[in-house]
Amino acid sequence: MIKKTTLAIAGLAGLALSGVAGAADIHTQSIASTCMSCHGPGGRSQGAIPSLTGLDKAYFVKSMKDFKAGTRAASIMKRHANGYTDAEVEAMAAYFAGLK
Amino acid sequence: MTLNRRDFLKVSGAGAAAALTGCATTASSARPHVVVVGAGFGGATCAKYLRQWGPNIDVTLIEPNDKFVSCPISNWVLGGLRTMDDITHGYDRLPRHGIKMVKDSVVAIDPAKRFVKTRSGASIAYDRLVLAPGIEILTGTVKGFNEAETAGKVVHAWKAGPQTALLRKQLEAMPDGGTFVMSVPAAPYRCPPGPYERACMVANYFKQAKPKSKIILLDGNPDVVSKKPLFTDAWNTFYAGMIDYRPNNAPLAVDGDKMTVTTEFDDVRGDVLNVVPRQRAGELCAMAGARNDSAGNWCAVNFTTFESTTVPNVHIIGDSVLSSLPKSGHMATNMAKICAAAIVELLAGRQPDPIPVVANTCYSATSSTTSGYVANVYRFEAGKGYVSAPEGGATPKGDALNFTYNESWAKNIWADVLS
Repeated sequence: MIKKTTLAIAGLAGLALSGVAGAADIHTQSIASTCMSCHGPGGRSQGAIPSLTGLDKAYFVKSMKDFKAGTRAASIMKRHANGYTDAEVEAMAAYFAGLK
Repeated sequence: MTLNRRDFLKVSGAGAAAALTGCATTASSARPHVVVVGAGFGGATCAKYLRQWGPNIDVTLIEPNDKFVSCPISNWVLGGLRTMDDITHGYDRLPRHGIKMVKDSVVAIDPAKRFVKTRSGASIAYDRLVLAPGIEILTGTVKGFNEAETAGKVVHAWKAGPQTALLRKQLEAMPDGGTFVMSVPAAPYRCPPGPYERACMVANYFKQAKPKSKIILLDGNPDVVSKKPLFTDAWNTFYAGMIDYRPNNAPLAVDGDKMTVTTEFDDVRGDVLNVVPRQRAGELCAMAGARNDSAGNWCAVNFTTFESTTVPNVHIIGDSVLSSLPKSGHMATNMAKICAAAIVELLAGRQPDPIPVVANTCYSATSSTTSGYVANVYRFEAGKGYVSAPEGGATPKGDALNFTYNESWAKNIWADVLS
């Protein structure tokens, strides 16, 4: 929804500026970037927290659903998983799967 | 080199027209300029992501200090788990993103003409200004604090740096059987769980090195402000009998010669005193006229852009913001990202994300091998502000796994902010 609006506005204004990260809409780009505060820049982690870079999309989605449902043991991730919609989880999964 | 607003509009208008005729490259001379003041968790993150998401934007980051000293993990230095070197990091990687670093202090802001003045006398024009000053510590609210601080006898150590190192030295010099007196400011203050983590870290050190020593925690609040079950569990199990917690005991005065802290009830003597006065938004916000809540302490912002509600083109992020969001370094980085994304959209003439979502993750160590956390996701809702999603919250007990996550979190957030 946001993506469509954004593209429509950008198209109308003729301001097709470069540099907006790939195909990700701004909402996905922002929420994915907030994951990086713990999981490291670009999703590359140092230490015990897992990396997200290039993670398989289906695995990402299943992990978040299982954290949310409580069927996968977690320390902090249940708290986070509950805060996002299914659509947001799908979009973040695609975003991190696409990072190298 | 710097464009003023009129130039920017003129050239970007030409750029937009050029884009329609297929000659968008001519717009490359029309580079909007964002000035970010303060290279802490919020400011450095904002500068970096502005460049990452808006490569057509010139970004200047103004910071007086040579190095970044992290408040998170600074309590570990007091406990002897880490050194000052471990929490001190250079800014050398930020210019690789195309950020122009300026080592200077801002001494005046003109929001009408859109420029800042620095201590060295430079005027730097901006299209949008981001202020990330952190907190101003209201040292004058505790009688005698300024004198005791100047004499090097009593510190707050609530901004990581030389005071952290000095407080560690004072703790090291304290004899076994001594008393450490620490005060907790009335909320809102930077890092809600910080004072209680500090008590744990100092207790951990005393347990190992000076087991007959005591800690008196004078809380200006009616109860433990954050992660109460986590901290009270640690105090009762690891440090039984060592920590004397006194709620509703705001410090009124401190005397660095007699080594006492005066509360409404009595004079509390200690061998090391750590008084943390109340706080408000950093002075930079006042220079911009953006410390605009009813008491003139904090900054009300538009939550989709972090632009001041009263000062156009001035954005405020981090601890200075008036909101339901916790004043943490982690939160500052998340505000910074929402702010950076919004500025990229605004400068491109597009609409920012109308429903931003931010998250806070905050680990606190309870001993040299255990930590616990608080985590919440906050979703912006028009008319309500940031609303916490269900199931957020804190761990009731610290453990070893979360200590490893705590260590990993620090490395990753420092990397995200600075590299």
